[in-house]
Amino acid sequence: MKRILEHGLSEFLIGLLFGFGLILSGMTDPGKVIGFLDLFGTWDPSLAFVMGGAVAVGVVAFGLAKKRTANVLGSAMRLPTSDDIDARLILGSVLFGAGWGLAGFCPGPALVSLGAGQDKAVVFVVGMVLGMLVFEVLERRKAKAIAAAA
Amino acid sequence: MLIDWNHFTPWLSLAGGILLGIASALFILVNGRVLGISGIVGGLLSPKAGDVTWRVAFVLGLLAAPMLYASLRGPWAVRIDAGWGTVVAAGLLVGIGTRYASGCTSGHGVCGLSRLSPRSLVATICFMATGFLVVYVVRHAIG
Repeated sequence: MKRILEHGLSEFLIGLLFGFGLILSGMTDPGKVIGFLDLFGTWDPSLAFVMGGAVAVGVVAFGLAKKRTANVLGSAMRLPTSDDIDARLILGSVLFGAGWGLAGFCPGPALVSLGAGQDKAVVFVVGMVLGMLVFEVLERRKAKAIAAAA
Repeated sequence: MLIDWNHFTPWLSLAGGILLGIASALFILVNGRVLGISGIVGGLLSPKAGDVTWRVAFVLGLLAAPMLYASLRGPWAVRIDAGWGTVVAAGLLVGIGTRYASGCTSGHGVCGLSRLSPRSLVATICFMATGFLVVYVVRHAIG
């Protein structure tokens, strides 16, 4: 059982649960997301409840996780180590927020909607993966330039 | 401020949010990883040995979720106003932005806030504030 869990079953099931939660919460309805972001129009506060419910559970789990040195399957915990608040974080988040506000999709709900076969989600995910590839190319170029200078 | 009572779904959204919290809790405690969609997908674009299967398995779970949902609860509401060009531009912005920020609504929003990370709090404030601003501009300033 442990071996099966280690070879992708746990990730598949957790992805399935997360996707189900996204649909139930309303996050896969771009109209609902934009209704939440429309603070100055007729506002739909539902997504605040999504965040509240998720973080209420998450605070307990991450509190426990910080005290552990290994996960349940026995390998290392990989908690983020960066605490930098820099231009990359801020500008990246601003670009992300702009795209989120324009279409009403963030990465998880876009993938779930792609799974449902929605045409605009397909196009959005293609754009998103291209954007991620642009990042990869720029990062590799930067690493090469640094290596060449050293 | 006017509330959109017609679309307000506090209980379903809270229940869905709790499921997102449970999935994130299982992922950090069982697999030892932060459940961040943009990071999981982004890692597939610079694949490393032994680091691909779990990412693919997770994404397949997300893609299969609509089938499970539809069989248990039937169809769900989807309203998309954005045109094709806007959808492409939005996808590009989300792709580049989440990779530079090292996270999106799940990694910084749900998991980062749950970890009480100041870095994730700053990221969440930035993307939410920009989202509010963009929707204001699109719907009320030029709309």
